[in-house]
Amino acid sequence: MSKDVEFRIWRGEGGQGGFANYRVEVNEGEVVLDLVHRLQATQAPDLAVRWNCKAGKCGSCSAEINGRPRLLCMTRMSTLPAGQPVVLTPLRAFPSIRDLVTDVSFNYAKAREVPSFVPPAELKPGEYRMRQEDVNRSQEFRKCIECFLCQDTCHAVRDHEENKAAFAGPRFLMRVAELDMHPLDAAAEAGLDRRADAQDVHGLGYCNITKCCTEVCPEHIRITDNALIPLKERVADRKYDPLVWLGSKIGLRPKS
Amino acid sequence: MDSYDVVVVGAGGAGLRAAIEAREQGLRVAVICKSLFGKAHTVMAEGGIAAAMGNVNSGDSWQVHFRDTMRGGKFLNHWRMAELHATEAPERVWELETWGALFDRTTDGRISQRNFGGHEYPRLAHVGDRTGLELIRTLQQKVVSLQQQDFKESGDYEARLKVFQEYTVTRVLKEGDRVAGVFGYVRESGQFFSIAAPAVVLATGGIGKSFKVTSNSWEYTGDGHALALLAGASLLNMEFVQFHPTGMVWPPSVKGILVTESVRGDGGVLRNSEGRRFMFDYVPEVFKGQYAQTEEEADRWYADPDHNRRPPELLPRDEVARAINSEVKAGRGTAHGGVQLDVSSRLPAEEIIRRLPSMYHQFKELADVDITREPMEVGPTCHYVMGGVEVDPDTAASPAVAGLYAAGEVAGGMHGSNRLGGNSLSDLLVFGRRAGLHAARYAAGLTTRPVVDQAQLDAAAAEALAPFAEGGENPYTLHQELQQTMNDLVGIIRRAGEMKQALDRLAVLRRRAARVTVEGHRQFNPGWHLALDLRNMLLASECVARAGLLRRESRGGHTREDWPGMDRDWRRVNLVCTLDEDGIAVQRQANPPVRSDLLALFEREELAKYFTPEELADEQGR
Repeated sequence: MSKDVEFRIWRGEGGQGGFANYRVEVNEGEVVLDLVHRLQATQAPDLAVRWNCKAGKCGSCSAEINGRPRLLCMTRMSTLPAGQPVVLTPLRAFPSIRDLVTDVSFNYAKAREVPSFVPPAELKPGEYRMRQEDVNRSQEFRKCIECFLCQDTCHAVRDHEENKAAFAGPRFLMRVAELDMHPLDAAAEAGLDRRADAQDVHGLGYCNITKCCTEVCPEHIRITDNALIPLKERVADRKYDPLVWLGSKIGLRPKS
Repeated sequence: MDSYDVVVVGAGGAGLRAAIEAREQGLRVAVICKSLFGKAHTVMAEGGIAAAMGNVNSGDSWQVHFRDTMRGGKFLNHWRMAELHATEAPERVWELETWGALFDRTTDGRISQRNFGGHEYPRLAHVGDRTGLELIRTLQQKVVSLQQQDFKESGDYEARLKVFQEYTVTRVLKEGDRVAGVFGYVRESGQFFSIAAPAVVLATGGIGKSFKVTSNSWEYTGDGHALALLAGASLLNMEFVQFHPTGMVWPPSVKGILVTESVRGDGGVLRNSEGRRFMFDYVPEVFKGQYAQTEEEADRWYADPDHNRRPPELLPRDEVARAINSEVKAGRGTAHGGVQLDVSSRLPAEEIIRRLPSMYHQFKELADVDITREPMEVGPTCHYVMGGVEVDPDTAASPAVAGLYAAGEVAGGMHGSNRLGGNSLSDLLVFGRRAGLHAARYAAGLTTRPVVDQAQLDAAAAEALAPFAEGGENPYTLHQELQQTMNDLVGIIRRAGEMKQALDRLAVLRRRAARVTVEGHRQFNPGWHLALDLRNMLLASECVARAGLLRRESRGGHTREDWPGMDRDWRRVNLVCTLDEDGIAVQRQANPPVRSDLLALFEREELAKYFTPEELADEQGR
């Protein structure tokens, strides 16, 4: 049942390094992370990789397999082309730390820039009432396991380091959409305009809806169709709706 | 050296809830996490958070929840923890909504609640089958919102609450009998760090990585258990380890991955290779009368729970795990040594995908099984340790070490001999908050701060560097041997001879572990990390085996083939582990008597199954 497969794994530190080749035994049903573990236990004890749950739930073991951003724990060996080496590289959009581990602090910095949920002042804990239909949309976005594969693949970041300062990336634009679609978020009452911020602070305009983020999402969240495009539409409505414009000029609060 | 008021070790549900509380008390708080922020094991919890909100069945109350929890733990639970847990869980859940959590809803817009094993009413607040993710993300986002507040006030996000990601604590530092701080290493650089702090909250989770087949993640290496022992604290009832009845069994590389109990809560049934719903054959004496005896009654219960009894698939986990084990042993298992868990013949496909999306996804991608069309193959997997750091029920403080607190899975007492599904997430929130609160009060009330002693720092550094000495063994080999030992000899069914054998092997492993050698340098070195984890796993494993050998009865997560009965005299006994120069010592300690008004919540006939006649006579005399 088992057979040997060739692995080419990028090894190095701080961006300096090269590929190391290994031959390793593969058994039925195994995922790429199983092979990385086997290499650690037998041939490469200091091979650096992040992993926690090995069940597709924590989003730690993100890397690039044959150039494609994926979770090592959810990629079965049987789905990769036979007879070819398996090439493992770290996420390209983030600075390399060691081997398959990258510095993902960019994402944590961006998370802090999105203003949190604002609880409605008039409701006490236990008094929240929401219909399932109204929470479905935000719930889809909250399935995100923060593997940052979408952040890695988005060309606005991947090919343009200089955009990082002004662009939050799909994960955190989706977070803005999630809060904007939360039925009880009281951001507007607190003087926050999530839609304006999406455009002005988080760089929604950099997204040109090529859906690369949706394609790599291991949770199959429809990031582009359900979060980013609707958010763009909301921004456009806000900008061009003459009543909203008038309201904002004469001090009326826009009703979302 | 950095200095904080409270250091929280661990960033799962309990750790983050403790940190939030201590920060809201106005103190400066450091959270140390072994992984990235938001990746803790809590993320893997699937089914839900148990809290008697009564949203789906108004008959529910904290008293009913308390009763279920005590029954589930076979009355070994610390009654006061079970009481606090049942009374405070609803507030802790509602609070999450004010921080942005989005639970599944009832038709009238409240938080929906689902059925689960051992819970009399639908009680688990949930989000599909990814409730743990919702919990961790909500707490993570609350931490961020507090940091945003601090940024507004001071220009520094981390002014009062800082998360140290990929930092590992290897020692709790002390001044005399009280806590003085923590020492550890930074994964990325391999450099050491230390933080001076008068209060340390351990919230490091469990010990499952000492077992070969486990649902637990990389982090679950008994760190807090070991840190507590090494700091002079005691561990309670470590023999009780929960084997979740339903882990994946095929393919081998995913063996142990959890299959949520919600599958059964939502109607899934267990069948053996003969097609029989075998759980009807395994309703134990203590639960007779509470569970259906025919398939017809069990099936009617889903629509009419007031006039029918629950299906036996919803017995507490220890019962179901043992039953599956027996069926497989009797030759009625599946080809891969499990049993069938079937929801495909019970619910329409779209309903399965809506209620159990992660399970659908997990089986499809990892096992090529479509759970809407065919049964899953499942078997027991090491899931949770009921034992843990002995704490004061109200304050979560260790009675042995001033300034040391523990909450969540690393703490003992709350779940007795067996934890009910759903009671873990609520435990994290209730006792995480209490630990944070009392750690903060303790730190704020001190007039003099403890001083960190240089000799302890030097000793901790030398200990951590020892694996770089040459000539020893590979840590991965030792880890595999440890996992095999615990799996084979201190697993779901235990015997005295095997546990003795395990202790012999653990002694050898401990000697070998003292001389492991890691290759490479200090930066992000997984071999070095494992070498450090080994110390912790070996200490926790020895506690499990020693206490297990001593307890001559079967109860909850401790099943002795040579002592198969539950013994009422043993209910009064807690086994307490401490560490001295000779290794782990185990002592008997009296389990405190349950308060009368709480005992009065049960029928006397039921109590007589668990309590001795003398205990009940004393009670009546009061």
